[in-house]
Amino acid sequence: MDRRWLLWVPLVVFAFIAGWFIYGLAVPQDKLIRSAMVGQKLPGFALPPATTGAVGFAASELADGKPRLLNIFASWCIPCRAEAPQLEMLKAAGVEIDGVAVRDRPEDVAAFLTEYGNPYRRIGADQTMRVQLMLGSSGVPETYVIGGDGTILYQHIGDIRDEHVPVLLQKLQEAG
Amino acid sequence: MKLIRPIRIAQSKPLPFRGGVGVGPVSEHRARRTGPTPSPKGEGLIRFILIALCLVATPLSAQNTAQRDMANVQLADPRQEDEATTLMETLRCIQCQGQSIADSDAPIAAAMRSEVRQRISGGESPEQIRRLMVQRYGDWVSFQPGADVAGMFLWLLPLLILVGGIWFARGLFTRKAK
Repeated sequence: MDRRWLLWVPLVVFAFIAGWFIYGLAVPQDKLIRSAMVGQKLPGFALPPATTGAVGFAASELADGKPRLLNIFASWCIPCRAEAPQLEMLKAAGVEIDGVAVRDRPEDVAAFLTEYGNPYRRIGADQTMRVQLMLGSSGVPETYVIGGDGTILYQHIGDIRDEHVPVLLQKLQEAG
Repeated sequence: MKLIRPIRIAQSKPLPFRGGVGVGPVSEHRARRTGPTPSPKGEGLIRFILIALCLVATPLSAQNTAQRDMANVQLADPRQEDEATTLMETLRCIQCQGQSIADSDAPIAAAMRSEVRQRISGGESPEQIRRLMVQRYGDWVSFQPGADVAGMFLWLLPLLILVGGIWFARGLFTRKAK
């Protein structure tokens, strides 16, 4: 029996692997680490107020029947400044936004809010990044859509730009 | 507002050094020792000024020290510390994506180390903690392939290639036998 066709097998395998490599090099990589917590209930946490005058909150308080946004930010984070107008737009559209200030100081948070506006209903302080880890968050800023029952429905990574506002509004509408 | 394109701030404020317990006060202490020895009278004053400076400096560094406590200080029980270190070497840093959290200076890696040590000292097993991290970040966070379908394929691939190679080369052996 003629098995000479078998000689082509290594070449085919090589071509397949080489093609895969070229594809990997040519297509820009998505290096974002998405949270695996989307679709799950919020983990239990309680955050103290991030600055004087702010109200802290617990995870259970986010499950009050109304869908909302949970925005992770920090005063030292530049893109967080860029998304301030978009957060104001969302607030103007009637969205309740709760903030988590990561690794921040009360006076810095206060200065940040004075300069870029305060779209938040409550702002909790996550000094140790513990809550950020719980949410499967990989950086700041990040915005989560939380369902009325406290389920994490959607994660937006990076600053919210104009084109993301309708997306978030739609996700909130779908949530109830 | 499209002035600022998204350079997403990875949370990188590299810490000056990892693994050391001593922060500001210790190095200032050392600096004093290596300097020329002042007169006994002057030393008291300098000591007072240095301590006063340290007190002023504390709030500045406090931001990081809170999470660095467990992140960079070993557990008292060597067996637990060993478990924690072994686990930390196989968990991937979310920010410095090629590094393990044991190798990375990123704040988020410090937070993860801190949580690993806290949970280990609280009696959780390393595999429990790994599962928890995978639950949050997906398989990506673990350097160790799991025992699911994809993981088993990875583990068995060398064996499959070997079997395939032997099958491929078996003609050579039979010809020799003749």
